[in-house]
Amino acid sequence: MYDAVIVGAGVIGCAIARELSRYSLKLCVAEKNEDVCTGTSKANSAIVHAGFDAVPGTRKARFNVEGSRMMEALSHTLDFSYRRNGALVLCFDEADRVHLQELYHRGIVNGVEGLEILDKEALHAMEPAVTQEAAAALYAPSSGIVCPFGLTIALAENAFENGAEFRMNCQVQSLRRAGDHFVLVTDQGELESRAVINAAGVYGDVLHNEICAETLRIVPRKGEYCLLDRRDGTLVDHTIFQLPGKLGKGILVTPTVHGNLLLGPTAADQDAREGTNTTAAGLANAIDKAQRSVPHLPMRDVITSFAGLRAHIAGGDDDFVLQQSAPGFYEAIGIESPGLTAAPAIGVYMAQLVAEGMGLVKKEHFTETRRSIVNPRELSFEARQALISRDPAYGHIICRCEQISEGEIRDAIRRPLGARSLDGVKRRVRAGMGRCQGGFCSPRVMELLSREWNEPMTELTKSGGESYLVVGLTKEEL
Amino acid sequence: METYDIVIVGGGPAGLAAAIAAKRAGTERLLILERDSELGGILNQCIHNGFGLHTFGEELTGPEYAERYIRQVRELEIPCLLNTMVLDISPDRVLTVAGRDGGLRQIAARAVILAMGCRERPRGALNIPGYRPAGIYSAGTAQRLVNMEGYMPGREVVILGSGDIGLIMARRMSLEGAHVKLVAEVLPYSGGLKRNISQCLDDFGIPLKLSHTVVDIDGRERLRGVTLAEVDENRRPIPGTEEYIPCDTLLLSVGLLPENELSASAGVALDSVTGGPVVTESLLTSVPGVFACGNVLHVHDLVDYVSEEAARAGENAADYVRQGEQPEEANVRLAGKKGVRYTVPQLLDVRHMPEQLTVRFRVGQPYRDVTLCVWFNETCFRRIRKRVMAPGEMEQFLLRRADLPDDLHTITFTVEEDAK
Repeated sequence: MYDAVIVGAGVIGCAIARELSRYSLKLCVAEKNEDVCTGTSKANSAIVHAGFDAVPGTRKARFNVEGSRMMEALSHTLDFSYRRNGALVLCFDEADRVHLQELYHRGIVNGVEGLEILDKEALHAMEPAVTQEAAAALYAPSSGIVCPFGLTIALAENAFENGAEFRMNCQVQSLRRAGDHFVLVTDQGELESRAVINAAGVYGDVLHNEICAETLRIVPRKGEYCLLDRRDGTLVDHTIFQLPGKLGKGILVTPTVHGNLLLGPTAADQDAREGTNTTAAGLANAIDKAQRSVPHLPMRDVITSFAGLRAHIAGGDDDFVLQQSAPGFYEAIGIESPGLTAAPAIGVYMAQLVAEGMGLVKKEHFTETRRSIVNPRELSFEARQALISRDPAYGHIICRCEQISEGEIRDAIRRPLGARSLDGVKRRVRAGMGRCQGGFCSPRVMELLSREWNEPMTELTKSGGESYLVVGLTKEEL
Repeated sequence: METYDIVIVGGGPAGLAAAIAAKRAGTERLLILERDSELGGILNQCIHNGFGLHTFGEELTGPEYAERYIRQVRELEIPCLLNTMVLDISPDRVLTVAGRDGGLRQIAARAVILAMGCRERPRGALNIPGYRPAGIYSAGTAQRLVNMEGYMPGREVVILGSGDIGLIMARRMSLEGAHVKLVAEVLPYSGGLKRNISQCLDDFGIPLKLSHTVVDIDGRERLRGVTLAEVDENRRPIPGTEEYIPCDTLLLSVGLLPENELSASAGVALDSVTGGPVVTESLLTSVPGVFACGNVLHVHDLVDYVSEEAARAGENAADYVRQGEQPEEANVRLAGKKGVRYTVPQLLDVRHMPEQLTVRFRVGQPYRDVTLCVWFNETCFRRIRKRVMAPGEMEQFLLRRADLPDDLHTITFTVEEDAK
């Protein structure tokens, strides 16, 4: 019997797990996929929003600003990549300046610091690559960029270290109440728990409707993106937004913490909860709108495109749901943008809610900090040299494009909650995330996965499930 | 700091031939840096035959071709560092290298020969819409898995792009028992060698669908199928021509890109057409003492030409080390126009050129019954009738120093089509 089971190991589930692991309880995170950070958390804009978009008084506004304020300190405590690069919201028409003003005032009410409206000249002095058609811009210096994998994995590892159990490949098929506890029927059999926390992303409604009489429906809202080569990462320094539209914050152009350039997302509602396919129309739309902000985007430098799904609650009040929806049944659902930003604050809030509800007490010993896998490229020459002479695996480069060593990949696999798949390695240490997209290193990373997990190559997957990388030995069929 | 006369970056066919030539030309302190665990580069996975016809008058496999050079490197006792990656080259030729055995260190070189080869254009660069499942490989990655590791990437195969590696892999996958359904090529012609189309597709009954491309990728976990569509003359898919092809594997052979990240770190000027360094007749780049050869310079069709070019780079680097920096005056520009995409070299110092210099170039589209014109300044020096020219086949012209006029400043290559 668990005290609490969190359903979903995305950034929200992991943030709640980390905060809840401060308390004495038997805690489990059940994830339907093979790794943490495989749904919405892995495919988004990776922006730490300043908080001027959300309507004042909403949970989105509150947790956005709180999360944004927490992020920098957390990036040190848990050792993930974060940079406060500032954001600019462009307006293309003098007539739209009122909307910039509106955002500005919203931001002030929400408690966003440092907001400023820039005229055309100041804007271009700050970002020369931005279109001459921009008439003015809202400048938000507190906006930042983060590694969404780094953040999620850091939260998960820290929760794990503090006693949270993680069950991967553990989809919850049904959920029912049984007296004073819940029974979760999963891929790994029945789990019993006193409390259940719904952090199931685009499946949040399915879980909700198992328990709550008042049903709701989540409509996955697809966002498509293109990622450009690192040589283009300095084209703009700030995150460049356009005035937000009805479905979202519109198309942005931004550097990533890894130095790439990212553009997107589109916004289109759909039914498929696993429909993370890109479309010709969507990508064309993303590129087209991005070029409105930053003309001359070097589109021949695209290294990959991807799509993510926002968990939008249909017909609701357009806000996060963060509550105890039924006795012992807690929910953090409808976490669309600015969910990534808000995650750390949501984690704290939900953990408190659960702790109060269950009468939990804090542990005596909680490990606050977590160190990430060593990044030899960030070390001085001498320190890197010392590292390699201590452990030569850090000198053996596997991924040429990102210069990732065998040592880092080995660490990504051996760590608690270590990588099981090619994508798992990629999210942890970026092997295969560079300009050749794994052309050279995939077979090498597969060898390391095979060696470390002692699994035949034919059992290895790209991303769990049936995503096998090779189907057998040569000449088997002859 | 360790100092060498010449450091060769890359132990593939270009690096090996360059090292051998430099050693034979008298350079003593040479070093080959190779990131892989053995010499030979990509030849090691090219187990098909057809290598060495020009050089040895024999049809060798890739490993056999490589072995002939590796043996010479051993006989000449040229030192090699394997499992060693060059992380950076500074403009003053200090190389930062890392390896499992040698650790992290810096090596100074009086001359550097860039011989890093090329890489394959990945799926992402094409921006093909759809899912991102397992089962999508560049042809070269699949070649490595099959030929070196002994694994089958899949059984029902579609190949996008008719570059040579794609064609070779169509045959290889068939020989290994896979069903290669078709090869789709977005252009109205193939970018591969004619002999490969005949020997790898025609002989195996594999259809080549020209002016077709993949417009959608299906399958969330493992690839389930692709949607193929015909394209118009602007390479845009024609609505209504879509066809779903079930398959578990998509191999991409959609172009090779010279791997010049290190060249860029050294400050070497790159040619936007070839993707490789701009070089003189000595294969010297814009950075003093830094030479380039092989596929890092421009993508070759035959390894024989790589070896020949690399040997010249090796000899020239040896000269450079012996004589020190010579005042170069590479003031003649070579260029391709009207159908000729580029030339290598791009610059020429007439005083330094040998009696004869091979200029290599490629055309941008297939031609039949045309005239190749070589212009010295504004004057047409030579007209050569060509029955066939194709982008997949590298062309060459032998430039004789005796023919060059005194006031030469530009040599231009063009394709002249007959008036209809």
